[in-house]
Amino acid sequence: MITGKSIVFGDNIDTDQIIGAHHLTRPSIAAMAPYSFEHHDHFRRDFAPGDIVVAGRNFGCGSSREQAPAVLKELGVAAVVAASFARIFFRNSINLGLTLIECPEAGKIRPLERLEIEGDSLLSLTTGRRFRIVPLPPFIQAFLDNGGVVAHLRTR
Amino acid sequence: MNVIEKILAAHCSNGSQGHVRPGMIVEIAPDLTMANDATAVLAIDVFKHKLQAENVHDPARVVFIMDHYTPSCSIDAADTHQAMRAFAREQQLPFVYDGIGVCHQLMMERHVRPGQLIIGADSHTCNYGALGALSTGMGSTDVAVAWRTGRSWMKVPEAIRIEVSGAWPAGVCAKDLILRIVGDLTTSGATYQAMVFAGPAIRALGISERMTLCNMVIEAGAKFSYIQPDDKTAAFLRAAGRPDYPVFDDDADAVYARTLTYDVGSLEPQIACPGSVDNVHPIGAAEGIAIDEFFLGACTNGRYEDLEIAAQILRGKEVAAGSRLLVTPASRDVLLSAMASGVLATLIESGAMIANPGCSACFGGTGGILGKNEKLLTTANRNFKGRVGSPDSEIFLASPAVVAASAITGRITDPRRILQ
Repeated sequence: MITGKSIVFGDNIDTDQIIGAHHLTRPSIAAMAPYSFEHHDHFRRDFAPGDIVVAGRNFGCGSSREQAPAVLKELGVAAVVAASFARIFFRNSINLGLTLIECPEAGKIRPLERLEIEGDSLLSLTTGRRFRIVPLPPFIQAFLDNGGVVAHLRTR
Repeated sequence: MNVIEKILAAHCSNGSQGHVRPGMIVEIAPDLTMANDATAVLAIDVFKHKLQAENVHDPARVVFIMDHYTPSCSIDAADTHQAMRAFAREQQLPFVYDGIGVCHQLMMERHVRPGQLIIGADSHTCNYGALGALSTGMGSTDVAVAWRTGRSWMKVPEAIRIEVSGAWPAGVCAKDLILRIVGDLTTSGATYQAMVFAGPAIRALGISERMTLCNMVIEAGAKFSYIQPDDKTAAFLRAAGRPDYPVFDDDADAVYARTLTYDVGSLEPQIACPGSVDNVHPIGAAEGIAIDEFFLGACTNGRYEDLEIAAQILRGKEVAAGSRLLVTPASRDVLLSAMASGVLATLIESGAMIANPGCSACFGGTGGILGKNEKLLTTANRNFKGRVGSPDSEIFLASPAVVAASAITGRITDPRRILQ
């Protein structure tokens, strides 16, 4: 079970916004992480480890940079809940073991709600509202259950 | 099967008996794996420390390209480049390119063949469909796994067929068409799908413009682009010394998820206004907006033909006082051609700054960075907030003709006014 407060974004959040390309040569993910969502003041103000990033459609569009999900994981983002995800970001997150929740009605979640995610259910403890989650394909779920693609390969 | 499925089936390594269909997850053996200096170091870290691998599966299938931060633009960038060179030496990689062009341009000039399946740690890897190859961007971990195992996995995509007819009007080019298509599909309208371009107006395009088209399918979320190889493809590959390749084509029962049709005869120059690549309008909607910086370059539009049309418009004219034009050829070969023909001299005489081949001002990594409240009109492929510097700057996307015509006036200008 995951619980955390919602840090809310809109549609089409691109990977440049998550971590700007001029930071990608920094020596480690830990060194890049403080620059996550550099230009989004509410994230920098409100986020605490264990919180849940909530967004609209096409989260993670743009560049293939794996540093984008990696910095979110490094910061302690417990899960990203979005109406939909861009393909490469989705794949990178699964590979890294960052939890992604596809929730068609994610746009209805307001900032700083307490969310609880368990199984195929997303509940707002703040509003009492329950949201439907789109389950991952079994092939992908196996990757996540094993802790990402690298661990998955080791189990084969 | 359609041509996308046929090429994927030919690269399956997990016994799909030569037949695949959309939605299937298949294990594939890519022909080539490309990484650049924005993504390779993370892949090296995964390869060595997470996979605990020692040797790449096949060095001849690995291409390393330094293009995003070249010449090394910071101490961190220099360290990145050192790490790439050291890994390349250690693994005896035969294909390492250091500051001589944008990765996708170099791949097209030197490596890509029709019918290949290529993965790259860069989202614009989708470009190679211009030569009839399937190619797509992945992250560093997927690339590291492919280095180690020679394998990767993919979901077989549905395909969208885009039929394009009509005669290209003067001042209208492939960039205008792909901006229009992304505007129509939206930034997620082709997610997980392949975009197949066909029809007489596509066959009329040279390879350079086909690359522009295929480069930007990712901006609608697409996984692959594809254009059926023809006599122009053959001529390009003969000149590049790669005359031999298999040709795949649709079966009679090929299925497409949908077909879109466009007539370029009525297409106007297009412009993507700031914030999102699908914020696309006919140029009239933005004409007259004052611009601080103009950029001609990137894997989208940094080829010889792009520089040539810009030179044709700028010949004998000057970049407007108070604004600046930065021109970055996509590769050393493009730069040499532009030098030989006089195109480069024309651009320099007009007042353009010329940068070393590479990604340049497509993003805020090296030169051409924007300050607060500045506006950029660029031939690149993304206009995300803050991509080229200040989060309070604005980025407009357009064709080389629009950029050149606008550089003369200092304001967004319809190139048809000059080309008539």
